[in-house]
Amino acid sequence: MLRLELRGELSRSMIYWSPIFAVILTFIAGMIMFTILGVDPLKAIVTFFIEPLNSMDGIAELFVKATPLVLIAVGLSFGFQANVWNIGAEGQLTIGALAGGGVALLFFNVDSPLLMPGMIIAGILGGMAWAAIPAFLKTKYGTNEILTSLMLTYVGLLVLSYLIHGPWKDPEGQNFPESRLFHDAAIVPIILEETRLHFGWIITLFGVAVAWVVMTRHMIGFQIRVIGMAPMAASFAGFKEKHVIWLTLMISGGAAGLAGMIEVSGPIGQIVPVISPGYGFTAIIVAFLGRLHPIGCLFAGLLMALTYLGGDNAQIEMNLPNAVTGVFQGMLLFFLLASDVLVRYRIRFGKATALVAPAAATPPMAIDEEGA
Amino acid sequence: MTDQTPRLELEGITKAYPGVIANNNVSMKIMPGEIHALLGENGAGKSTLVKFIYGVQKADSGILKWEGQEMAMANPNAARKLGIGMVFQHFSLFDAMTVEENIAIGISPELAAGDLNQRIRDVSQQYGLPLDPTRYVHTLSVGERQRIEVVRCLLQDPKLLIMDEPTSVLTPQEVDELFKTLRRLSEEGVSILYISHKLQEIKDLCHVATIMRMGEVVDDCIPSEESPRSMAEMMMGANLVSPERSGKAEPGAPHLVVRDLSLASGHQHGVDLKNVSLEVRTGEILGIAGIAGNGQIELMEVLSGEMLVDDQNAVMIGNDAVGKSGPGVRRNAGMGFVPEERLGHGAVPEMSLWENAFLSGSSTMNLMSNGFININGSVEYAQNVVSEFNVKTPGVEHTANSLSGGNLQKFIFGREILQNPGVIVALQPTWGVDAGSAAFIRQSLLDLAAKGAAVLVISQDLEELFEVSDRMSVICEGELSAPRPAEECTVEEIGLLMAGISHETEAAHA
Repeated sequence: MLRLELRGELSRSMIYWSPIFAVILTFIAGMIMFTILGVDPLKAIVTFFIEPLNSMDGIAELFVKATPLVLIAVGLSFGFQANVWNIGAEGQLTIGALAGGGVALLFFNVDSPLLMPGMIIAGILGGMAWAAIPAFLKTKYGTNEILTSLMLTYVGLLVLSYLIHGPWKDPEGQNFPESRLFHDAAIVPIILEETRLHFGWIITLFGVAVAWVVMTRHMIGFQIRVIGMAPMAASFAGFKEKHVIWLTLMISGGAAGLAGMIEVSGPIGQIVPVISPGYGFTAIIVAFLGRLHPIGCLFAGLLMALTYLGGDNAQIEMNLPNAVTGVFQGMLLFFLLASDVLVRYRIRFGKATALVAPAAATPPMAIDEEGA
Repeated sequence: MTDQTPRLELEGITKAYPGVIANNNVSMKIMPGEIHALLGENGAGKSTLVKFIYGVQKADSGILKWEGQEMAMANPNAARKLGIGMVFQHFSLFDAMTVEENIAIGISPELAAGDLNQRIRDVSQQYGLPLDPTRYVHTLSVGERQRIEVVRCLLQDPKLLIMDEPTSVLTPQEVDELFKTLRRLSEEGVSILYISHKLQEIKDLCHVATIMRMGEVVDDCIPSEESPRSMAEMMMGANLVSPERSGKAEPGAPHLVVRDLSLASGHQHGVDLKNVSLEVRTGEILGIAGIAGNGQIELMEVLSGEMLVDDQNAVMIGNDAVGKSGPGVRRNAGMGFVPEERLGHGAVPEMSLWENAFLSGSSTMNLMSNGFININGSVEYAQNVVSEFNVKTPGVEHTANSLSGGNLQKFIFGREILQNPGVIVALQPTWGVDAGSAAFIRQSLLDLAAKGAAVLVISQDLEELFEVSDRMSVICEGELSAPRPAEECTVEEIGLLMAGISHETEAAHA
């Protein structure tokens, strides 16, 4: 008989093993699913997870897809650690793309090296502005940021739709709902010839490094962690919850806005009706798969990017439906949450027995049933 | 007595939780009419044993005999049917219902039928537990609420009454009343299992005591033949060193001053502070007594800066007015605080000890440069705390929740004291702490005051306050009594003040 038994202290190693278990279980479940669908499971797994990385182009493409995922996930993980649940990164990405892209369109005839920094700043500010609404509502009126940030995503998408069908439509675009193509000065430079790999990936790696330092070594990260783990201890230390709510929403909103701006000025090169295939939502999975740790988010983002590439490849090579991508992403999150049980519990076989270390060897407070 | 069958007999009860044996081969006998103390420090396994007797929890092995017959206590209902009643430490009452309604929902329907109101009056009169069945619970004091629980048990004609730390919420006078009731019950043949760590009470009340330590029965004794000190030593398994005052320094100028402070509580069912004024002078310990829930938490929050007041001058640390300033500013002005809750308030449970040292020492100990954490400095500071305050831990990278209550409390005290505060405010400094650590903590408070700090201790533990305080004051319903030199105070006076009866009101009644 299987039994779960509470651990005395959280398992440090399980925190890192659990995502790996999740990936393995996803593979196994995926193979079972393919078998049921009547597809050769090994071939499907190879097509999905290995073939996309066969070429330099494929690897570059992986980084291109991972760029927004990692950037947004790193930003979100600040908030999630502080129990600030920004679910609206997709909307902040959209507004960031519009703000950054708007600068490009406004100066479509200006060819200055200052244009790109201007677009970056505008993208970040755009995302922040969109995240400022839930931050204001939460700190001022105590609204739930999960709802407000999520609902604002749809508002953001409508703003995009309005602009693209109206004022920002390309005058020479034969009435297609698209902006004019960005000129060269407004395009993020390519860093690997013959591929689409662009400078945005460098920005993302830089963001990961900065986030890592801030989270582990800086007072900002410390405050965020304390607020998330023990709000009373945070007020004991004099940390202000409202500051942290604003701070984390600005960080996550800014990162999402930057990611959106990089998308339109990088791989896309203009503003189109659909800027992101749900990067803002997928990044939530990335953040948790990466244990809300910047380096973890980097690896998780790459894995998640692979599911996008694999899904595309499976469609082309094996005529599998596009939904396969979503299924894999969902399974990953599902198995991750399931494996996380092992962080707090250990599995025991057989019946409950009194086989434990003598009480003297462990701190007596492991049993918390003694009141006062 | 000798040929009587024990009312309850336990043989070899063992119960293990992951990583700890809560009860190891525990055996004991309770005779009819006996008041039997179960004595032990926090974590000794008393609660686990009681939960087993009352059918809340199953043991891994062992035998329970009820009046000579072997039984399996399936659940609390079965226990109640046999005639076991229990008064828990934390009451389960509905504030918005009357006494009668609360009692009715806690007993079997057959028992609740008929004229419950009259029976409540009868029982409460018979046992000296004045209680009006029509009153709403939220209008009652804690002591009165406890009476509801007792009356509820008595209505069921119990043969064994279990009382878990019943006096922690009572004034000394209320304790006397309760003891009278318990003695009467005992004379009528009701056995009482009395769980406590208050030794004087056990000496006064109980016929026999079973002493537990780390899950095992280590000793039995007749409390009336022992001294509280000898029982404490049995409980701890070590010699107890009482705190000593090193040469009394004359108190200096007022260093922590609160003036005319009134504040609405930020908590639900909280207590508003009313015109609180106090002065703590350098080199003295001011003790504030009071029953839980009379504004202690609010007072602590106002002093620590977790709750701000409109008047900057309402709270003064030396010459700094800090009424509107948060905890950070107050720390920098030389204030240290030890809140009631260790895990989650005084320390972050899942953070390492060095991070918890940084938590309150970041600024006062200069552990930050440009916002970056000086990790080496924090580790060193935490190691100093650990070595100077005898904190038992394998290392400062271990998390706060891996420490026992006493060790963590020593760590938190050490962390505050090594910051060299001019003022320290502690709420329930030794709540739930083992006797050895408690003595250590009290000693360090005395030492700190001897070095010239102003120390304010808010506590429900009168023994503790009499041990450390130079002056004492009582908080009751958010009002603070005028402080008086501790050596002039008696337990009776303090008790009356805790119950809200001041000399003036008494004089007015006379």
